[in-house]
Amino acid sequence: MARKLNLRIWRGNRESGSLQNISVDANEGEVVLDVIHRVQAEQINDLAVRWNCKAGKCGSCSMEINGKPRLACMTQVSSFPEDEEITITPLRAFPVIKDLVTDVSFNYKKAMEIPSFQPPEGMKPGEPRMQQVDVERSQEFRKCIECFLCQNTCHVIRDHEENKESFAGPRFFIRIAELDMHPLDMLRNRKKKAQEEHGLGMCNITKCCTEVCPEHIRITDNAIIPMKERVVDEKYDPLRWLGSKIRKREGIL
Amino acid sequence: MTNNSAALERHKYDVLVIGAGGAGLRAAVEAREAGLRVAIICKSLFGKAHTVMAEGGAAASMGNVNEKDNWMVHFRDTMRGGKFLNHYRMAELHAKEAPDRIWELEMWGALFDRTKEGKISQRNFGGHEYPRLAHVGDRTGLELIRTMQQRIVALQQKDKQEHGDAESFIKVFAELTITEILKENGKVAGAYGYWRENGNEVLFEAPAVVLATGGVGKTFKITSNSWEGTGDGHALALKAGGNLVDMEFLQFHPTGMVWPPSVRGILVTESVRGEGGILTNTLGERFMFKYIPDVFKDKYADNEAEADRWYLDQDNNRRPPELLPRDEVARAINSEVKAGRGTEHGGVFLDVSKRLSAEVIKKRLPSMWHQFYELAGVDITKEAMEVGPTCHYVMGGIEVDPDTAAAVNVPGLFAAGECAGGMHGSNRLGGNSLTDLLVFGRRAGMGAVQYLKGTSATPVSEASISKAVQKIAAPFTRTGGENPYLLHQELQEITHNLVGIIRTKKELDEAILKIADIRMRIQNVTVSGSREFNPGFHLSFDLDNMLLIAESTAKSAVIREESRGGHTRDDFPNMSPVWRQKNNISSFNGTEVVVKQQTLPELPKDLFGLFDPHELEKYMTQEEMAKGGSN
Amino acid sequence: MATGVFSSSRAKISERTLRTDKWWLQPLITFSVLILFIIYATFRAFENGNYFAEPLISPFYSPCLSAACATGSSLLGQPFGIIKILGMTLSPALLILIFPLGFRMTCYYYRKAYYRAFWMSPPACAVAEPHSKYTGETRAPLILQNGHRYFFYIGLIFNALLTVDAILAFRNSDKQWGHMSVGTLVLVANATFLWLYSASCHTCRHTIGGRLRNFSKHPVRYKAWTIVSALNHKHQNFAWVSLLGVAFADFYVREVAAHVFTNFYFF
Repeated sequence: MARKLNLRIWRGNRESGSLQNISVDANEGEVVLDVIHRVQAEQINDLAVRWNCKAGKCGSCSMEINGKPRLACMTQVSSFPEDEEITITPLRAFPVIKDLVTDVSFNYKKAMEIPSFQPPEGMKPGEPRMQQVDVERSQEFRKCIECFLCQNTCHVIRDHEENKESFAGPRFFIRIAELDMHPLDMLRNRKKKAQEEHGLGMCNITKCCTEVCPEHIRITDNAIIPMKERVVDEKYDPLRWLGSKIRKREGIL
Repeated sequence: MTNNSAALERHKYDVLVIGAGGAGLRAAVEAREAGLRVAIICKSLFGKAHTVMAEGGAAASMGNVNEKDNWMVHFRDTMRGGKFLNHYRMAELHAKEAPDRIWELEMWGALFDRTKEGKISQRNFGGHEYPRLAHVGDRTGLELIRTMQQRIVALQQKDKQEHGDAESFIKVFAELTITEILKENGKVAGAYGYWRENGNEVLFEAPAVVLATGGVGKTFKITSNSWEGTGDGHALALKAGGNLVDMEFLQFHPTGMVWPPSVRGILVTESVRGEGGILTNTLGERFMFKYIPDVFKDKYADNEAEADRWYLDQDNNRRPPELLPRDEVARAINSEVKAGRGTEHGGVFLDVSKRLSAEVIKKRLPSMWHQFYELAGVDITKEAMEVGPTCHYVMGGIEVDPDTAAAVNVPGLFAAGECAGGMHGSNRLGGNSLTDLLVFGRRAGMGAVQYLKGTSATPVSEASISKAVQKIAAPFTRTGGENPYLLHQELQEITHNLVGIIRTKKELDEAILKIADIRMRIQNVTVSGSREFNPGFHLSFDLDNMLLIAESTAKSAVIREESRGGHTRDDFPNMSPVWRQKNNISSFNGTEVVVKQQTLPELPKDLFGLFDPHELEKYMTQEEMAKGGSN
Repeated sequence: MATGVFSSSRAKISERTLRTDKWWLQPLITFSVLILFIIYATFRAFENGNYFAEPLISPFYSPCLSAACATGSSLLGQPFGIIKILGMTLSPALLILIFPLGFRMTCYYYRKAYYRAFWMSPPACAVAEPHSKYTGETRAPLILQNGHRYFFYIGLIFNALLTVDAILAFRNSDKQWGHMSVGTLVLVANATFLWLYSASCHTCRHTIGGRLRNFSKHPVRYKAWTIVSALNHKHQNFAWVSLLGVAFADFYVREVAAHVFTNFYFF
């Protein structure tokens, strides 16, 4: 049942590194993470890899397998042809720490920049009443396991380090969408901020985030594009702009 | 490689929370809201805690679906589930406060599934009399951890506005391992640890430490727990002079996947057997017929023909023996494997594909089919699963004061969540763990706040620091050559085979000897490579913790001569009312774990009165019944 | 200075991508089909002929608004007279094509398609793009993509006109009703595809209900939103089918008008 697997695993740190050829046994039904663990136990005791639940629920074991951003615990060995070499590297959009582990602090920094949920003033715990249809859109985004594969694959920052300053990334666009669609959220300037501070306009909707999402969240169609449309409502639609001016003037009168 | 203390990274906080799962984060929020400065330590990245794995829901008697539900009913269910070994006060606090903890999550942005009236929906779950579990599909744990994580961020944003620095009051230290709780003059003074990223050491000086480190599953070979479940908090508390209570109680599920490794430990729900899954050994025998206890003879079929007919005609046939209670199924699987009729991976076959068509399986067991197909390429509509007992949850844990979550014997130490003991008695009800985290996480935070009103910080002495430094340096300086991975695997074999789901004195005695042997060999664990993100190095500390857990569990298990909840003794198959009155208390004397008995607090009269006396008779002695609860 | 995956902090890997699959195939197909369409459409827009064969009119030339239009082809009259540029009569197609073109250029799906296939930004996921700077849709001209909704509204008018064209095709060449030919089917199919393309559009989804915060207070719009959402799932398919549909409808009318084929009448 066991088969020999030829791996190329990137080993190194901030200064240098290279792909190393490793031959290891793999059993039927194993995933790439199982094989990495075998390498770790039998050949390279100090091979650095991040993982937690090994069930596709925590989003820790993000890496690139044959060049594709994936969760190692969700990538079956049998999905590769018998004789194919499997290349495993760390995420390539973030600074590397060691071997397959990268510094993903960028994402936590961005999380800090998104204004938090703001419930209606005076509302007491237990009082909220929300309909299922009204929470479903936001619930889709809350499925996110924060594996950061979408952040890693997004060319806006993957290919342009300098954009990291002004771009929050797909994971946080779904966070913004989640809050903007939340039936109880009272913060009304999320759209404007999304465009002006979080770099929504940088996204050119090439959908790689959606392609890599292990939770199958439709990031582009259900979060980014709806947010772009909401931004247009607020900022770029002359008719709506005129409407709001008139309403304002009536207010003065 | 040793750090001299001049260059040592030092932090001073009011409260140090070790563990960033539901309980730890809830404790941190509580302490921060009382104005304290809090450090949160996570062993992995922020938001990856094992809490995300909880699927079913969070039990709280909000009465949204059935108005008859209230805290008293929930309390009764919890005590029943724990077979009356629970600390009544913990079960009482939990039942009373759980609804508020859920409602508060909603104010922090959580989005639970809704009822038609727009309230939080609640679902039925085993052992709960009414629909009680607040849920979000099957990812309630993720919702809880994310909400707490975002609550921390919200507080940090507020601090940034008010104090200019987001981390001025709460700072999260991600990927940091604590190796020791430091005490001075008998009180907690801080903790010592190292960054996993580079091995650099860190000293935390804090007069209050909250342990919220979760479970111990990785002590066992087959477990649903993630790598973090290495019992760190249990072990840290023991080493700091605290006690563990009833470590023999572990929740095993009789049918977890044992192979392939990609799904090892993942639970196969009972409904697979309910839908017609049959258990066979490697000889192809449907072995459950051999294991029907006499008391069940009239309810369970003793031949295949009748068992098969039951699925079509339940009135005129007896049930198939695969549907016997959990412990009976576990015992049968255990016996088959030990008799050499199990698979090479220590399991038996569970096959649902013979009886049902692929379409029916996909329709009735969609998530089971999908999960195994996606994670392991196992198609349960075509092939059998390899299953065996899997370790899921530890009921035993750090002995604490119910109201303040303060660890007994260690001033300044607090514990909440899975690493604390007492709340669940001998068996935990599904759904109670998520609310346990919130209720006692908050109480631990409050406990720390209260404690700090009457005490002040003690500086950590140089002597304590240098001891801690030596401990961390040890794995690199030793030369014994033991591989930590292989030693861990050996320990897991011992616990799995000898301290597993079905226990006997003979095997437990053997386990205790073998664990002592590993304790000797752990002195020789040697680590290769550098300190930079080195998993072998990390494992060498986890291993030490897991050994203490295994020892405490085995020793408690051999002493408790009865079967109750998550502790099944083949040589003592019944519950004993005398043992119900006793907790097994583990402590550590520096070289080994010592287990003593302690009397369980009696149910007070008002809580005693919530039960039907006929029910209590099954658990309690005649004297207890005559007394009718304490005053 | 090296940026992107070659930045100094990233893992030192010299390949632009380590993907082993045929990641270049999809952008290549997109590129080829779109280029062929552009060549064909440009040729036809400038051809200024063979676009009308009673009762069929090519979708490239409808509505035909200039006095240069073939007799009987101007559904909305000829408000523009004859426009000459450098002595050449301007093709009536050029007066209108900007609108359907604009709708497609700003379409969320086509943006993905051509940013990937033409601008290679990125060529495929996790394949390093060749540009050293990137500002996305934050400044001119790409900021104009935000005007998609206006093209959507105008597109609806075009859909209506092309639907009228399809209805008018239920006549024979003597303008008598009650007939149906292959040409009728072609124009009906074209109009249907265009409606599906518009109805599945992201802007449509937003306008019809997506912009609401509470669906429960707007049950009808919620229902409409769920239908549009289902269609939106297939927006990419509708985008291609309708594009090829338009080209084919034009081709068919052209060949009939040029007497290459005879438009077969079922009745």
